[in-house]
Amino acid sequence: MTIIADEPVPEPQPAFLALALRNRSFVVGALLTLFVAGMALLSVFWTPYDVTKLVVADRMLPPSSAHWLGTDQFGRDVLSMIMVGARASIAVALAAVVIGMGIGVPLGCWAAARGGIVDEVLMRFNDVVFAFPALVMAILITAIFGPSAINAIIAIGIFNIPVFARVARAGALAIWPREFILAARAAGKGKARITAEHILPNIANQLLVQGTIQFALGVLAEAGLSYVGLGVQPPMPSWGRMLFDAQTRMMVAPTLALFPGLAIVITVLGLNLLGDGISDVIDPKLRRQR
Amino acid sequence: MKSWKTILVAAALALASSTAAMAARSDLVLGMVLEPPHLDPTAGAAAAIREVVYANVFEGLTRIGPKGEVLPALAESWTVSDDGKVYTFKLHSGVKFHDGSDFSADDVKFSLDRARAPDSTNAQKGLFEAIDTVEVVDPTTVRVTLKHPQGSFLYNMGWGDAVIVSPKTADTNKEKPIGTGPFKFDSWARGSSIKLVKADNYWGEPVYLDKVEFRIIPDASAAVPAILSGDVQAFPNMPVGDSLPQIQSDPRFKVVVGSTEGETILAMNNKKPPFDDLKVRQAISHALNRDEIIAGNGMGGLGTPIGSHFAPHNPAYIDLTGTYPHDLEKAKELLKEAGLENGFKTTLKLPPPPYARDGGQVIASELREIGIDAEIIPLEWADWLKQVFTDKDYDMTIVSHTEPNDIDIYARKDYYFNYSNPDFDKVIEELNLTSDEAKRKELYGEAQKILAKDAPVGFLFELPKIGVWDAKLEGLWDNAPIPANDLTKVKWAD
Amino acid sequence: MTAYLTKRLLIAVVTLALASVVVFSMIEIVPGDPARLMLGMNATADAVQALRDQMGLDQPLLVRYVEWVSRLLTFDLGKSYTYNVPVRDLVMERLVVSLPLAIMALALSTLIAIPVGIFSAERRGRMADTISMGAAQIGVAVPNFWFALLLIYVFAVWLRMVPAGGFPGWSAGVWPALKSLILPAIALALPQAAILSRVTRSAMLEVLGEDYIRTARAKGMPRNVVLWHHALRNALIPVLTILGLQFAFLLAGTIIIENVFYLPGLGRLIFQAITQRDLIVVESVVMLLVAVVVLVNLLVDISYAVVDPRLRTRR
Repeated sequence: MTIIADEPVPEPQPAFLALALRNRSFVVGALLTLFVAGMALLSVFWTPYDVTKLVVADRMLPPSSAHWLGTDQFGRDVLSMIMVGARASIAVALAAVVIGMGIGVPLGCWAAARGGIVDEVLMRFNDVVFAFPALVMAILITAIFGPSAINAIIAIGIFNIPVFARVARAGALAIWPREFILAARAAGKGKARITAEHILPNIANQLLVQGTIQFALGVLAEAGLSYVGLGVQPPMPSWGRMLFDAQTRMMVAPTLALFPGLAIVITVLGLNLLGDGISDVIDPKLRRQR
Repeated sequence: MKSWKTILVAAALALASSTAAMAARSDLVLGMVLEPPHLDPTAGAAAAIREVVYANVFEGLTRIGPKGEVLPALAESWTVSDDGKVYTFKLHSGVKFHDGSDFSADDVKFSLDRARAPDSTNAQKGLFEAIDTVEVVDPTTVRVTLKHPQGSFLYNMGWGDAVIVSPKTADTNKEKPIGTGPFKFDSWARGSSIKLVKADNYWGEPVYLDKVEFRIIPDASAAVPAILSGDVQAFPNMPVGDSLPQIQSDPRFKVVVGSTEGETILAMNNKKPPFDDLKVRQAISHALNRDEIIAGNGMGGLGTPIGSHFAPHNPAYIDLTGTYPHDLEKAKELLKEAGLENGFKTTLKLPPPPYARDGGQVIASELREIGIDAEIIPLEWADWLKQVFTDKDYDMTIVSHTEPNDIDIYARKDYYFNYSNPDFDKVIEELNLTSDEAKRKELYGEAQKILAKDAPVGFLFELPKIGVWDAKLEGLWDNAPIPANDLTKVKWAD
Repeated sequence: MTAYLTKRLLIAVVTLALASVVVFSMIEIVPGDPARLMLGMNATADAVQALRDQMGLDQPLLVRYVEWVSRLLTFDLGKSYTYNVPVRDLVMERLVVSLPLAIMALALSTLIAIPVGIFSAERRGRMADTISMGAAQIGVAVPNFWFALLLIYVFAVWLRMVPAGGFPGWSAGVWPALKSLILPAIALALPQAAILSRVTRSAMLEVLGEDYIRTARAKGMPRNVVLWHHALRNALIPVLTILGLQFAFLLAGTIIIENVFYLPGLGRLIFQAITQRDLIVVESVVMLLVAVVVLVNLLVDISYAVVDPRLRTRR
């Protein structure tokens, strides 16, 4: 399911942060997102235990004061794994968004600026990509090229391209007829320059909102891929993989299946709320409807 | 509302009929992990094919029994010439294929000639290599002449790859297997289940079961609830994962931990530096903690440690696990002697089964202790077969060699270990020409010792066979000397 | 109208053609030899080559592409490498699981989402709205396979009310078969319902803001009539669009859920085919799914045109 924010947006209001801090979705979303990001960042420098060292003797311990969330089937500390897993999740989803934006936005802007055949070809390209079942293709791509974080990023990123192309194109098309653009054209500025100087700043908000949505979807997709063994590879822990390993041990250690799932929910919920919050703040029309 | 009632009534009826069936039970749902790619054992190596059809649908001249012994099957008896080169098989008469046609010596000649033909797709052509000619003497007598004496010939003829098929149905056996066994093929819902029913007019001892369903359940997470709920009544080779204690403590079930022919090894590419250095391989062997690997192998922590490529239940087995005991200091020292005191980076390619994927993580962690940084690369079987087995493009891998008595693979030229030792080859060569049991046992011992010392691979453990079935079910095999679910003696106790 | 429809149809055909090239070329670069896989570890090289010849694996690319497309056009989906049976039969076998599952999940999510969406829209900003939309936010964030695990734990492992996985087949009886689809359907329905309820709510809000609704209300029409009769009918288009897309998604998007529950459905067929490198199955089934999506999109486009005359002239 792809949610596309294609409403044209007025220039951002000056008091964005002041408005945002009064928006409940934004505040909750930002807090959750910061929490997860902080956890991931912390894990770079410190985790309670080393997640690459297996202590088979301590396998599947229930939560305790030594291991707050218990240990897995190799005796690794689940809390530490969730912290490091956050890193993998965020890295993959973020990189996929960067790919989608990096390729999709220029394509969308180009199509909007040129129109005609370029636009037509781009739209057809979008149709083709959208017609593919994204998850199936992601599984196919990672299976073919070998499961790894990089291939997961590519597989998820490819399907972000048309989403951003569409948002950028719709946003740009709404701005091109505006007066200040006409003025810029009259001043002799080229299309590329106008796009860079005037169009992009004006669609940045929409792209940001779409970015958080795709980020959240990327986290879910990465979890799904690693659940089927095609995402981030051991010894690097990942949330999806932890859930897969937990499933076969659900009768013995049910908590193993609980915490990684909660981590995913918190991350995705945070990002979605953040996206809603931003679009509420920058788009009064949408706010009215929410 | 009405439809709900219908459903309820249907459910009640289903319940009633299933309890009625309990009274004189002759059906069985048997779980298996891997789905066979097809059902022709003469055209594919997958163990899953044999787990459905061996002894049930198809029969060979001889067969392998529950203890790994050679028993007569379609051949009721045989004689061997003094030079060990001519085998004369006397066949049972009155045997029919499931399509109603008669079985005769012509079918035996056809099957053996087909298996060893140049265009044969038989996965174990080596079994038939020694055969020179197959002659039909009369409809119930076949004479097989070998190029040279072969001690294991009768055993070879008991493999699933050597079953006798009819020329009329040979090409369609993959989808619709037609054999001479006590069960005939009924239906196959791909990805889900395969059904067999009792064959009419079976020539041999009658079987007890009327209907058998092989249900494909690939993972512990589904297998455990399926057994607990009674949906599946037997799981001869069950992926129990860490739920084993739960099932063992339940009196409704019988849990049999048997042995298999699966020597699970950490294979190394013996031609690729640094694995071409004996010291490095010794260091790796010293770094392996078999108890820890077995505890984390994803198979309920079961498995017998091995020190060479030989099954512990085999009479010729010697315990060589002490050759390179777990000793990190010794391992580091050996690495230093090999000029690698800072360790090295390498890869560990893992096929899908839990023993490899889970065991691999434990091994990677153990190797890190002595400074070897092994990157884990998970592979599907298709990629594993191509990259590791065929192209030998690998450093290390973990795999279980489930063929029986397959120590000779280390003597094969161009096998994926890239291992070569003329002394070992000589022992195997001699073994092939020896049929005296005592002498064979001695030679097997010698072969085991050479391998243990040379450490061409890291020897880990013998794959356990965890069988779980309803306590009232009798006659299933405890061990798996060959891949099979022989149902010919299976029955429900009253 | 005709011009519009012709253009839509043309676009659908072009999309399918491009997609077929993409699918075919992707499959061709798959490493791994299916013949070797089928014969196993100990097979000799000439046995493998013999099988390659049998399967026509050594023919030139272009020949195989043209053959493939022309076969697809006659609904011949080819023969599975691994099962050696027509892919069409496999697809049919799997559809008897996937189709009921998709329908159950869709029905469930619609039954939950539409009333919730309308209810929230009507009580916009109030407690009930906040709670149900909060729940929807969480619903969107829950990965369906994790939700499935929780369901398995509670209803299958703990309460033992339904099987934890597997599918006994319709021949085992309607109830046992349906029973094994209940948990997967719920797991699939939850995130779908969350999205659908949000779409319904905002579509309703949009419609409720329109003049004719205000007029109807001002004229004293009963609230329920306005809500259910006038408003819902007009809010239905975006809702139906989402439903159409969700249905297409559910047919193949169940790939992970089918893995969680070991259901022999279409998603698992593709997954197994991918892992076993059964390329014919992969390319044919992916093409089939693409065709379903394109078809659904086409139907949505056509229904738009039927409902909204303005669209016929606009592109």
